[in-house]
Amino acid sequence: MSEQKAIISVIGVDRVGIIYNVSKLLAENNINILDISQTILKDIFTMIMIVDIKNSTNDFSILKEDLKNLGENLGVKIDIQKEDIFRAMHRL
Amino acid sequence: MLKSTFKKKTYLEQCTDYRHDVLLKGMIEMGFAFEEIEETIRMVQSEKLDIRTITMGISLRDCSGDTANTIAEKIYDKITRKAENLVKVAEELESEFGIPIVNKRISVTPIAIVADNIEKDDFIKIALSLDKAAKNVGVNFIGGYSALVHKGFTDGDLNLINSIPQVLSETERVCSSVNVATTKAGINMDAVALMGKIIKDTAYRTKENDGIGAAKLVVFCNAPEDNPFMAGAFHGVGEGECVINVGVSGPGVVLAALSKLPKTADFGQISETIKKTSFKITRAGELIGRLAAQRLNTSFGILDLSLAPTPEIGDSIANILESMGLSKCGSHGTTAALALLNDAVKKGGVMASSYVGGLSGAFIPVSEDAGMIEAVEAGALSLEKLEAMTCVCSVGLDMIAIPGDTPYETISAIIADEMAIGMINKKTTAVRIIPAPGKKEGDYVEFGGLLGHAPVMKVNSFSPKDFINRGGRIPAPLHSLNN
Repeated sequence: MSEQKAIISVIGVDRVGIIYNVSKLLAENNINILDISQTILKDIFTMIMIVDIKNSTNDFSILKEDLKNLGENLGVKIDIQKEDIFRAMHRL
Repeated sequence: MLKSTFKKKTYLEQCTDYRHDVLLKGMIEMGFAFEEIEETIRMVQSEKLDIRTITMGISLRDCSGDTANTIAEKIYDKITRKAENLVKVAEELESEFGIPIVNKRISVTPIAIVADNIEKDDFIKIALSLDKAAKNVGVNFIGGYSALVHKGFTDGDLNLINSIPQVLSETERVCSSVNVATTKAGINMDAVALMGKIIKDTAYRTKENDGIGAAKLVVFCNAPEDNPFMAGAFHGVGEGECVINVGVSGPGVVLAALSKLPKTADFGQISETIKKTSFKITRAGELIGRLAAQRLNTSFGILDLSLAPTPEIGDSIANILESMGLSKCGSHGTTAALALLNDAVKKGGVMASSYVGGLSGAFIPVSEDAGMIEAVEAGALSLEKLEAMTCVCSVGLDMIAIPGDTPYETISAIIADEMAIGMINKKTTAVRIIPAPGKKEGDYVEFGGLLGHAPVMKVNSFSPKDFINRGGRIPAPLHSLNN
């Protein structure tokens, strides 16, 4: 089976350890990071990660919940969405 | 000639082909630009993009029977079987793609067809069975307590229509609609006269809640058979066994896109911006609709790309019209602005999905749109202007509260005017009007939730009584000499 991409978005106030903690959670779930980009605009930190969840050790819904909880601990909003929605909206 | 087709390609040509393949592959597998991802997230999180409804259409044509009890039982079994996983699948999709799916609903074959042989007093048993089935599978509305009487009534049609006030006051989730006119058949004025009484009675029977029963009752001209939106949804007679129809929404997204344009942008640019936004919204809806149909083991019907406002600030059709340069929705120019919006939404949508259907366009319900409410309060928007607006938008007079003492003939006449607009212009029009018991012009009605609240609007006080009491049919219009 080929890659199954998903997009993780992290939005909130910047602080130490956001990338570290998100990456750690992903590694624990055997999820490979394919691409990361981030910007900081007026103190608002936005990070977008493209990941491959094909070999994820957890169900998508559990992963989503774990990321959401992690976001709450870090004071940021974290969401994961399958990439098809972006493909549908932005590619002919 | 033939030989040259198979001519071996030169090294250079092979390289070009290879490069082309790589480029093409690259484009297909390309990741996304940061801005694109950010745009989708922003649309959902701050501009209120959502899938307004996933509606499962279920045929009940195999649920007829000799008694109301038999029919009620068959209906309950079929709905709970077919829609067992509807809510679960919708919630899964919501989680996977991060787009809220606000409502999960069911539409069924018009009950007058299924239960044509049932006495008036027994219809409540069938309605209660629909209500119970809807509650059991977890949907908030079930549409199809309906009759199609544009040419005339069967006995069953009349029994069903006469039972509507009782049904809408004694059930929680059942929605009703009656089609009283079509472009091909004309207007059944007996039905129009009757519906004025039925609406008034329905509102009266739910007077503790400002007449909310009437908010679940729609009178149609040219009713679409695949509309996923309530309260007018039903599963048409030409539809299959079971189908998934999806309604997308996003006035907030359109408003945000338009507000980024400079004040000097011309109408071509406005139209272009709406088209592009509508395209993206529609594609999101189509993806969700197809996956929902697949996972529910049924077929995908249509995507209804209606801009449906919600009472939330910024999620308003009135605000979109105002962003084009009108100081208040309802001013002169509003009909033109709405015509542009409605048409551009459709143009963007049909490019994005091959199966666009339902109502598709812009909804202008007063109570569900904060901008419309404001316009009424400011004295900018009248019932007459709303009627003009319905000539160019997708539905009709929607969620409008009028004084509770409005005579039924006046309500019927409001319906007749709206039906005439639909009949002549070959479009769907509808009336969902609430004569709020005990309320006067300027008072407020409160329905709560998506149905919102509304100021009671002024109604023309000159009587159309003799006109309405004539009865009979207004003949179907001419289909040529269109001026």
